[in-house]
Amino acid sequence: MKNWQSSPSLPSPEQQQGLIKWCRMNLFSSVVNTLLTLTGLLILWWLIPPFFQWAVVNSCWTGDSREVCDAAFAASGKTGACWVFIKVRLGMFMYGFYPEVERWRINFVLLVLALGLLPVLAYGIFSKNLRQAIFGVFGLLTVFYFFGIIPAIFTAAFFFLPFLLDFLSARLAWLAVSLDLWHTLIKLCLMLLVGALTFFLAVTFIGEGHGWASTLATVVLLLVLFFVRNVTVFAWRWILLFTIFPLFAFYMLVGNVFSLAHVETHYWGGFFLTLVVASSGMATALPIGILMALGRRSELPVIKVVCVVFIEIARSVPLVSVLFMASVMFPLFLPESVTFNKLLRALVGIAFFYAAYMAEVVRGGLQAIPKGQYEAAKALGWPYWRMMAVVILPQTLRLVIPGLAINFLSLLKDTTLVAVIGLLDLLGIAKASMADAEWLGFTKEAYVFAGIVFWVFCFAISRYSVRLEKKLHTSLH
Amino acid sequence: MSEMTGNNSASKETIIEISDLNKWYDDFHVLKNINLKVAEGEKLVICGPSGSGKSTLIRCINRLETHQQGKIVVNGIELTNDVKRIDQVRRDVGMLFQNFNLFPHMTVLENLTVSPVWILKKPMAEARELAFHYLERVKIPHLADKYPNQCSGGQQQRIAIARCLCMNPKVMLFDEPTSALDPEMIKEVLDVMTDLAESGMTMLCVTHEMGFARTVSDRIVFMDAGEIVEVNEPEEFFNNPQYDRTVAFLSQIISH
Repeated sequence: MKNWQSSPSLPSPEQQQGLIKWCRMNLFSSVVNTLLTLTGLLILWWLIPPFFQWAVVNSCWTGDSREVCDAAFAASGKTGACWVFIKVRLGMFMYGFYPEVERWRINFVLLVLALGLLPVLAYGIFSKNLRQAIFGVFGLLTVFYFFGIIPAIFTAAFFFLPFLLDFLSARLAWLAVSLDLWHTLIKLCLMLLVGALTFFLAVTFIGEGHGWASTLATVVLLLVLFFVRNVTVFAWRWILLFTIFPLFAFYMLVGNVFSLAHVETHYWGGFFLTLVVASSGMATALPIGILMALGRRSELPVIKVVCVVFIEIARSVPLVSVLFMASVMFPLFLPESVTFNKLLRALVGIAFFYAAYMAEVVRGGLQAIPKGQYEAAKALGWPYWRMMAVVILPQTLRLVIPGLAINFLSLLKDTTLVAVIGLLDLLGIAKASMADAEWLGFTKEAYVFAGIVFWVFCFAISRYSVRLEKKLHTSLH
Repeated sequence: MSEMTGNNSASKETIIEISDLNKWYDDFHVLKNINLKVAEGEKLVICGPSGSGKSTLIRCINRLETHQQGKIVVNGIELTNDVKRIDQVRRDVGMLFQNFNLFPHMTVLENLTVSPVWILKKPMAEARELAFHYLERVKIPHLADKYPNQCSGGQQQRIAIARCLCMNPKVMLFDEPTSALDPEMIKEVLDVMTDLAESGMTMLCVTHEMGFARTVSDRIVFMDAGEIVEVNEPEEFFNNPQYDRTVAFLSQIISH
């Protein structure tokens, strides 16, 4: 019998080619393509050099008043961008009317947010605990240098708490694993005790009426610690971001506790307000959207109808009208003694509005999951919620990353609509600054600056979503 | 591993009891008066033409399909709408699918450990040990860190078998486990199934692999049009079928 062997694999004839060859193939391959290329170059030639002239060559960067720019332009005879305007107003653009001496509080909150968020977003880089720790120490030193010892202590607690919780949950495995009555009772009693203690401490140190939020956060943490197994450091970071961080950010930004001065929300503005609205919108809309998507596919008729009605209504009205409803109409339905903060109403409105959109995106993803996945999970004995959380939703969310990214982006940009209810975000502040008598005529600079800031953040989200998609899709079919 | 043949299964306890089972899809009567008892450790092959209700029957046993009439008792638990009972039955009953249905976003090892950890509340270390034990048994421990879509069909089905075994089931249902496989891969899956049968697992197999049916099964159930036509021991079934419908079916299978 003859012995058969497969032939060796050969390299592909399409090799890497030089720049000239690439240009000839892609830009000048035919008469029409050559014409198109030349037209494109011409348009770029018309657009870019004049903008460059205006923004960089003829622009004025130094000084602190309008006169500097005017004098510079008069001397050279050419007008350019007066970036002094942006420089002088930068604090306003970034923080709105937040009192200048209190602005460090915003910086501190944003720094803590970055410290909490980076390790979970770039979890590939921070997969090792050691790297996270190094990053944390570095962040800690930054906080200590800029803000002092007490913020540094808080940052240390916030950043290193996940490690402690991870350690504890590993030690408490025997607690989490047993579902017998006694253990459950002990755990519930412990939760009640710690919850009550938190409530007492919060009421004593923060003030009357502040107990519930802190207690809720503590109880959620204990619930996860006692009843969910195998929670990783990574997951703990997410849980902290959704429990401790909002509390911390709220007290830090609003103040009126400890020795922090009270800054009412109508002083909030600028890019800081944009970030507050966008980040709280994203953090609340996605979970609500997921729940509504599940509700819309539920077999329980009441839940299904409620979700369908809500989604269809929210999708059929413009965001502006939702914001108007929240700020003007909503208080009319309430008794006069009950008042909600205007910003809070806008946040709730945006969250539910975008939740409806996200729900539809997620539902699309759920429909793409083969029936076999549900059947396999059910056959292995998975109950509904655990099946959804561990088997179905992780696959769904990977599939719908592009759709979710679109929603996140449009949410970020739609924060500018809060201007219609009198909240001044970055764009609103920019517009308000243009109306300043001293700086009349510098609209271009303000718009270009706002545009660049929005572009940087939107582009970052967009690139991140592409990266995530590439990273996660390798494992799907 | 206890060696066991068909004839002593009668002495064992009944693990699945189906009586007067009827099921409809809207107006279509898919299962008609099914009565079947399966003893512990018994290997049953269910065959029949497509649309005869064989898949539906075994999917009723772990409640992937609901039945309208009759009674199904699995390991002493009657299947009703009670979710707790359904979950209990599903933990006792493993199932294999034609399309494997591994979880594509998890590695092979995660596929095997996730259910013991989340459902049976086993510690991770123990679950990993168990997973490697069964991966060895289906002869693919080297695939532990791969993703399912990086494995061949035969390997995926063997992973699916290992995933089932990690839940320590008392009964395993096979819904045409080799129908989506290339001829070269069918054998490796059938080998694992034979090995499993020899270890004394209770098995209900919907399959067209008549060679497997002849050598491994204790009884063969032949179904047509939603009914059980005949139940017989393999030798009898192939050499001395009782009904003309069985003869017609067998002649179709043998002829190609």
